Amino acid sequence: MSAVAPPARGEEREATDNRRDRRKDKRPELSDRARHEQRLGQRLVAPAVVIMLLVTAFPILRALYLSFYTYSLTSPEDRAFIGIDNYVTALTDGLFWRDIGVTVLYMVVTVAIELVIGFAFAMVMHRVVFARGIIRTSILIPYGIITVVSGFAWQFAFTYQNGFINGWLPGISDSFNWFGETTPAVIAIMVSEIWKTTPFMSLLLLAGLAQVSDDMIEAAKVDGATWWQRLWRVILPNMRAAIMVAVLFRALDAYRIFDNIFVMTSGAVGTESISFLVYRQTIEQFQLGMGSALSVLLFLSVLLVAFLIVKLFRVDLAKARGEG
Amino acid sequence: MSGMKQKIGLVVGVGLILVWCLLPVVWIVSLSFKDAVAVTNGSPGFFPADGAFAGLDNYRDAWGNDQFRRAIVNSLGISLISTTLSVILATLAAYAIARLEFRGKKLVLTTALAIAMFPVVSLVSPLFDMWRAIGLYDTWPGLIIPYMSFTLPLAIWTLSAFFREIPWEMEQAAQVDGATSWQAFRKVIVPLAAPGVFTAAILTFFFAWNDFVFGITLTSTEAARPIPASLSFFVGADPFNRPASLLAAGAVIATIPIVIIVLIFQRKIVAGLTSGAVKG
Repeated sequence: MSAVAPPARGEEREATDNRRDRRKDKRPELSDRARHEQRLGQRLVAPAVVIMLLVTAFPILRALYLSFYTYSLTSPEDRAFIGIDNYVTALTDGLFWRDIGVTVLYMVVTVAIELVIGFAFAMVMHRVVFARGIIRTSILIPYGIITVVSGFAWQFAFTYQNGFINGWLPGISDSFNWFGETTPAVIAIMVSEIWKTTPFMSLLLLAGLAQVSDDMIEAAKVDGATWWQRLWRVILPNMRAAIMVAVLFRALDAYRIFDNIFVMTSGAVGTESISFLVYRQTIEQFQLGMGSALSVLLFLSVLLVAFLIVKLFRVDLAKARGEG
Repeated sequence: MSGMKQKIGLVVGVGLILVWCLLPVVWIVSLSFKDAVAVTNGSPGFFPADGAFAGLDNYRDAWGNDQFRRAIVNSLGISLISTTLSVILATLAAYAIARLEFRGKKLVLTTALAIAMFPVVSLVSPLFDMWRAIGLYDTWPGLIIPYMSFTLPLAIWTLSAFFREIPWEMEQAAQVDGATSWQAFRKVIVPLAAPGVFTAAILTFFFAWNDFVFGITLTSTEAARPIPASLSFFVGADPFNRPASLLAAGAVIATIPIVIIVLIFQRKIVAGLTSGAVKG
């Protein structure tokens, strides 16, 4: 770095010098090149960070703030600070915990099934030699169908008045009502969700699969590894980062499941998720204070899920240059 | 022998996958040909029954709706613009995260994740107030910006994971072999990075194309209203008596651009899939 410091002005200079010194203490070997790298890195991420915060910072802070108030749009003048009462009310309510349970069930079941069939889809997209374009496009199409429409189509398929599923499934009466009880209704919603979002999973897994070197697989084959061994010892470990990102984002999305429930059951017969509860509180009942508290709780629980997944896979994306 | 067995297995597997993926699509198409009255009365069965076949009536009605045609233009424009911008910004950020050492890197990844986790439902009403205040309500940028904010996290994470695995030494190797740094970048790195970038692009595009919550709350006229919101206006006031066949026809029309775009993009993913060959 240049030995000549820029002309300084009083305190301001002292402050920057201090900061610089402290940084130097921590990393004495920070070279010119490293500093240049720092600056370049920060400049490259800046636009994305600005755009992300532009839309979300204010609403998130506002939700956090309102969660400590009793505030209803129907009587805005009664707004009052009530501390953590909203949280206490939510956390001691059986409905909240039931919805958490249902939401976790949606997430675990759909993500687990999607991971398995999504991987199979990715393998097929990767390996298939005939009609490649058609097969790939067909696999991706469900993701392109608007959720409102796909949820609606599945709901229609399941209803006994207009659907075909009762007629096609053996052992199910033609007049069976899928949406009359919790278990079948939850299954119907899961089927719709899985159908719709598996392509997302397989697309991310395909990107990872494409990076596993063929030479390595070939070498394992020569060494006499079975197909199963090659899968578990060579292919999967080498695409761990891709699997983590796929599972993580799919799980976060599944945890906030909303559209399908909205279209298929409107939350009836115990199919309501946490997102749906937030929606009911804020949009339908105008309880902004309670709704905000629920949003924060939802956010915190998602945070926990994300933390567990990242820990589970032990992949550090922040480590540069693929040394990890 | 085992090769033969494998081939049969693959064909059967592909068959099953196609049935699973396309059956509901065919169902929507079949629904779109059903007569509205027959659907109201209840018409179980996959294909339209005798006398309940509506021909192209539903399509004519859906397409005849000015507001719906305008919504297709809005959706295409908004989704394509937000995809392009989002992918460019995410590529820059992911390159920095995967390749450079700088402070605040973890913070960026964590912020992105936190944003991706916040429930969209609870962002809507403050965003509505904000957009009204600065005049972005019911405009294209008013939807493009939130779509970018919510697709950037996924795009950054996907691309960082992808860039991390690229054998960047190849670039230096090409330079040693006499390529200029621009040539090395264009001929070596771009083809390796392309499948990741196009994956991110498809995901971003689908997010924007699919979104319902923002589309319905941040628009009020056909100036910016996208397809999913517009379809909900077909539905009408009575949730128990939705014009299913009309909706299905609208959905089929709205899906055609998606098929075309996926066909184009998936070819790009294929083009980049040679990356495995150069590694190792």
